Amino acid sequence: MDKANTNTNNHANYLQRNLWSGILFGLGLVAFLDETLFHQLLHWHHFYDKSTTNIGLISDGLFHAFSWFATIAGLFLFADLRRRKEWIVTKWWGGVLLGGGTFQLYDGTIQHKLMRIHQIRYVDNVIVYDVIWNIIAILMVVMGIIMIRKRGDKHA
Amino acid sequence: MHKHIQHEIVNVIAQIILLFPFLIGLIIYFLAIVISHRKQRPWTVYRTLCWITGSTFAIIAVVGPLAVRAHIDFSAHMLIHLFLGMLAPLLMVLAAPITLILRALSVQHAKLLTNWLRSRFIRIISDPVIASILNIGGLWLLYTTNLFTTMHENVILYVVIHLHIFLAGYVFTLSFIYIEPTPHRRSYLYRSVMIVLALAGHGILAKYLYANPPAGVSYRQGEIGSMLMYYGGDLVDMMIIVILCWQWYKETCPRMNIKIAGKKVPID
Repeated sequence: MDKANTNTNNHANYLQRNLWSGILFGLGLVAFLDETLFHQLLHWHHFYDKSTTNIGLISDGLFHAFSWFATIAGLFLFADLRRRKEWIVTKWWGGVLLGGGTFQLYDGTIQHKLMRIHQIRYVDNVIVYDVIWNIIAILMVVMGIIMIRKRGDKHA
Repeated sequence: MHKHIQHEIVNVIAQIILLFPFLIGLIIYFLAIVISHRKQRPWTVYRTLCWITGSTFAIIAVVGPLAVRAHIDFSAHMLIHLFLGMLAPLLMVLAAPITLILRALSVQHAKLLTNWLRSRFIRIISDPVIASILNIGGLWLLYTTNLFTTMHENVILYVVIHLHIFLAGYVFTLSFIYIEPTPHRRSYLYRSVMIVLALAGHGILAKYLYANPPAGVSYRQGEIGSMLMYYGGDLVDMMIIVILCWQWYKETCPRMNIKIAGKKVPID
């Protein structure tokens, strides 16, 4: 295999790593903001809602653990890309938006509504909050996909 | 009244028995440092400090006012659980006692120890899956059955469970971050998946206890204890995850620069 070929392979590998690093970090970031902003500072979310189903409890536990790991692992992957000079700005931020948006959408639809882990806020017309929450999530996913699909990957 | 006095005696006996192994641990560690120094192989201050603080957290958990309070106060019990089962084990793993002992021992004895480390028993017990089951599974058993109540009335059970909490925490930490010589290595991916599952098992139990506290624990105490377990667990686990990722980061380090004719040239 000649040198040029090896380099292309390397870049393809790092393209994937850029995406994964972004997705993991984005997912972790949204979960972290959820925890600090809505649980700890605003007290909009409850630590545990008595109407939570068993499957909801398990899903919440798995997602919390995974996002906790993802934040840290995503940042270490990011640091690795930086030192290799393989960090691709658009792909990485696209990954962040895609990961964060997907988690928020899953949280807003399945975890809040289906599994009833907790609600965004304990008010009468919570539907307004739900709609805003999920629209933001969808926008993040769409923007993320557009950024990832964008041609001409510039290295930082 | 009679029951109260009986409780006190149980307390004192349990404290003395549980203090013993940690004191011995401190003595052996210091002896090993002295012998190691005599062999012209100095030991780092950082690791020594880790062992001292780790042992201190373990001792605070088993003797003294906090340990006594844990009998009646669930949040105090949870703090003990964090100290004895998570923080002390992490610090003591970072202190690398096995490496130190290997240095202090004669070649012949060190060989015996490394042989034992290579044994099937150690391979099985230090597998992240088994270590997690022993650790997290033990907690589920303790808090969701009447074991928790029985433990506070039976001195043997109390001692055994507390030793288990520490040892399970120690082996658990050891199975994820490789500070010591580790003959049975597992891939980063395997360990990453397992730490997520273990942390999930811990978090789910913590939230479950919020609504279903063990017998004899009031709802309010259950709520505080549960949140302490949840966020405290996150904190210690975060340290394990950071060390795990850091070890990966160091290991995958590319050869960034090589010198060609005195000039630095970056390579892939």
